[in-house]
Formats: sequence, structure tokens, C-alpha cells
Amino acid sequence: MKLVGAISFYALVVVIVVVAVFPFYYAVLTSFETGTAIFQVNYLPVSFDLGNYVAVLTSRNFPISILNSVFIATMTVLFSLFLAVTASYALARVPFRGRSTLLLAILAVSMFPQIAVLAGLFELIRFLGLFNTPWAMIVSYTIFTLPFTVWVLTTFMRGLPVELEEAAIVDGASPWIIITRVFMPLLWPALATTGLLAFIGAWNEFLFALTFTASETTRTVPVAIALLSGASEFEIPWGAIMAASVIVTVPLVLLVLVFQRKIVSGLTAGSVKG
Amino acid sequence: MATVAAPAQPISPKGRSELKAQRVRAAMWFLLPMVTALFLVAAWPLLRTIYFSFTDTTLNDLGGGEWIGLQNYLSWRTLSSGRTIFRGVLADPNWWNAVWNTVYFAVVSVSLETVFGVIVALVLNAEFRGRGLVRAAVLIPWAIPTIVSAKMWGWMLNDQFGIINDLLLKLGLISEKIAWTASPDTAMLAIIIVDVWKTTPFVALLVLAALQMVPREIYEAARLDGVNPVKVFFRVTLPLIRPALLVAVIFRTLDALRMFDLVYVLTPNSSATKTMSVIARENLIDFNKFGYGSAQSTLLFLLIAGFVLLYIRLGRLNLGGRGL
Repeated sequence: MKLVGAISFYALVVVIVVVAVFPFYYAVLTSFETGTAIFQVNYLPVSFDLGNYVAVLTSRNFPISILNSVFIATMTVLFSLFLAVTASYALARVPFRGRSTLLLAILAVSMFPQIAVLAGLFELIRFLGLFNTPWAMIVSYTIFTLPFTVWVLTTFMRGLPVELEEAAIVDGASPWIIITRVFMPLLWPALATTGLLAFIGAWNEFLFALTFTASETTRTVPVAIALLSGASEFEIPWGAIMAASVIVTVPLVLLVLVFQRKIVSGLTAGSVKG
Repeated sequence: MATVAAPAQPISPKGRSELKAQRVRAAMWFLLPMVTALFLVAAWPLLRTIYFSFTDTTLNDLGGGEWIGLQNYLSWRTLSSGRTIFRGVLADPNWWNAVWNTVYFAVVSVSLETVFGVIVALVLNAEFRGRGLVRAAVLIPWAIPTIVSAKMWGWMLNDQFGIINDLLLKLGLISEKIAWTASPDTAMLAIIIVDVWKTTPFVALLVLAALQMVPREIYEAARLDGVNPVKVFFRVTLPLIRPALLVAVIFRTLDALRMFDLVYVLTPNSSATKTMSVIARENLIDFNKFGYGSAQSTLLFLLIAGFVLLYIRLGRLNLGGRGL
């Protein structure tokens, strides 16, 4: 009886792992196949052809899309961390009237469906002359990175000892000095977690990136992959799509695996959407 | 969750009110950039979207819309023959089809994700060799961008060369190849499969965090008393992880109700899967009916707002307590 239990438990573990990993494994497998090999279903690797990778990386626009995505995601992270650190100090440490209302309002923003602001943002982006530039995305992504960054950092700052700050105040430190000199060194773990999650969010975003770009050279990676087309309308370049997918996913998977614990703690503290 | 200590109120030394006032002033300056940013990208665009929904604005001429009241939502006209014609989103069968698709998708996928998420979390909470590796493997679907997973699954579900059809044929489960993403009968199923695959890890991680807070002694005691493990789960474990599960379900539902990218990439132009977000964007951008699309966006916003309020009421969601 016990043996049966153990065997079925491990069978369940195997099923979970296979289901979780197989699609990515299969994408990698396909990305190494070219020509007609791609149209034969293989369960195990049979060919190792870098043709798709060469094709994607030497194409005119895909490398530009990667640079666009790196730039946009990095700027989004810096932008929202800067805004969030100062704000969460005020929210965590200074009692003022309307504080909980403000926190609730920020939470409400994180629940906004993106489509509800799309029309208004579209107008704003056009008005500011940001349409079809990376700044359109950097500005609009704060709508989903800022709320959870503020929440997680506020929670984290509340947990820091009050004595630290009091000692600094007694020494005559201004709030700005307190943030930059006293809190920042302690905040690194929380900054790393929220920064990472904001980066992933900005890297993966699709709706705004699709709507606020108009030319191939301003596309981000998800848009480029979604709109990657072959020589003709009916010929979908699956090999190239899989190679592009693997290229943009591997760094992300590595990041997530390396920072597993941080991400899990960030997710549970902020309950960020996936 | 361990970091969610009770917020410690900083005590201003010697209670000097001048210092306090200075701190509050500084706090206001610190909040200003963040509040301005959120106003600019959230509140203002939302108000503009709602405004556009009462106009006949087109994409080509954003400033040239005229106020037309509720006509985008509903208007009617009685013909001389006595027949009444209804127009507007609320009389649009495409809209109601999208509403049905979205709600159906949200209910089915979130239910499946909850069940699978709890199962995966229970497995990860057990002690066995290689647990760390399994946890890493489970995280992979979550790490993959939605667009990439849509393409990966689109390839696997391909009718001619897809591995899923090949596998099912070899196992004798189907007799002929299925056009998963193209056929209206299976398109929604395909969407649900991919979404469940991609987001079960999120639910599993939240539930796992809660499971790890359950003291091991409870299981020990139950085991010594010879209580059936299934009974232990439903009587002991489930009530204890209920708050975390509720949070996961709320966040998943909010996400499912606004779902856009998966449908846009995996099953484009299939009316069997078009969600509210997809149809609203179609009107806004592709069909040049900016006002009409804004009305649909506004309705989706109202639906989600209503859902959130309902949950706060019914679930008595303790927003302060879980640190979010």
C-alpha cells in the first residue's frame, strides 16, 4: 500500500514536470530544425541546425526589437523604482491624513483593465508626441509597475526598525538623507525583487506595445514575435519564430531560476499578476 | 507574508510638532511625483476613455468628436412600419458574444488553475528528493512571455504538423487530426489549455507559501490519530490556506477578465474566442470606431470594478492584513 502510494506520488511529480517543461523543450527542439525536418514530428532531438538563429539574428529588425525591449524594460524599472522609493518612504513612515485612502487608490489602479485606459492613453501619447517611440511604452508601463512596486516597498519599509530612523533624525538628517543614506542600503533585497518583477512585466507586455508602435523598427520583442511573418501570407516561419522565442525566453528563464526565492517572496508579498 | 509585521508608527522624538510638520511636508513632496505619474497614466486616461464613450470620435480625428449622449451604448428608432431598431453596444450581438466568451473563459480557466495550483502546491510542499528541481521546473511556464507561450502552443497545436495531434493519434485517442485553433469548437479549449498551463504556477506559488505556514504538527497529529489524508485536507488544510487561495483567485479572475494577448495571437479572427478586450481594441484601432470602442472599454471597466467591490464585500478581503 505504501509502495503504491509512493509510486503514484512520483508519477504525479513526473507528470507535473513533463507538462511544465515540455512546451519549452519542444520549442528549443524545433528551433534547431530547418527545411523539411521541421514538418516531421520529433520527440527527441534529431538535428542541430543553427540556421534559424542565424536568420533571426541577422534579420533587419529583430535585433532592433531586442534593443528596444531592453531599453524600455530597463527605463521602466528605473523610472518606477525612483518614483516608488520616495513615495513608499512617505507612505510607510510618515503618518498623514488620507494615507490609507491613497494606498487603496494605488491598489485600485493595479486592478484597472489595460483596455480601459487604452483610448485615453492613446490620445495622451499622440498629444505628447510620443507615439511610435520607446517613451510611449516607458510612460504607459508605469500604470502596472508602479502600484505593486509602491506596495511591496511600503510593506518592506514598515518592517525596518524605527530606531534607525530616529537616530538619524536626532543627528539632524533630512528625510532625503534618511532615504538615500539610511534606508537605501537596507532596501536592496526589496528593490531587486520589485525591479525584477517590473522588468519581466515590461518585457512581456503586449497590448500597449502593439497599439503604440507603428513601424517595425520601434516594435518590442513580443510584438515582433507575434507579427513575424514569412515570405508569403500562408507560410508561417515556425522555425524562425521558435528561435526568436527561445532567444527572448532563455534570459528570462535563467533570471527567474536564479532569483527563484526573491521572486516567490515578491509575488507573495505583492500578489502581482503573472 | 512573514514580512507583514504590524506597521510600526514612527514616534517623533520629543513629539515636537514643528519637526512633525516638516516631515509631513517632505512626505508630500515625495508623494507628488508618484501621484502625478499615476494621475497621468491611469486616472486621466480612464476619464478620457469614459468621455470618448459619449462621443462619435474616430481614430483619424481624435479631437473632432461630437457629444452624442448614450448612443454608443444604446439607442433606438421606431420605423414607420412600427418596428423598433436598437443600436449601440448593448444591442450588439458581437459584444454579448464577447461578454459570454470572456466570462466563460474566466470561470473555466480560473477554476482549473485553482484546482491544479492546489495539487501542484501540495506536491511541492511534500518532502522528497529533487523538490528544488521540480519547483524550478514549475516556474518555467510562468517565466515565459505570454506571446511566446501562445506561439509555442500554436505550433504544438498546429493541425498538420503539430505534436499534440501526432501524440493523440498515436495513442488512439482521436481518429483524425483536429484543427485546434482554427475550428470554432476547439478554439476556446485551446485558449484555456494555454492559459491554465501558463498561470497554474502563479496559483501554486501563492498556495505553497500559505501551505508552508501551516504547522507540521497538525499533520503529525492527524496522522497519528489515523485520520484519512483527504479528510485532513478538506477539514484542516483548506480552511487554513483559504485566504491565500482567495487572493490568488481574485488576481487570476481580474487577469482573466481583461485577457487580450493570448486570443490575439493564438486564435485571431475567431469569433468563438474574442474577448471583451479584443473586441474593444478592434473597434478602437482597427475599425476606426473610437467612441464605440471606448464604450466597450468603459463597460469592461465597470464589470471589473463591480467584481472587485463584490469581492471586497463578500470575501471581507482584509486588504491591510496581507500587506498589499
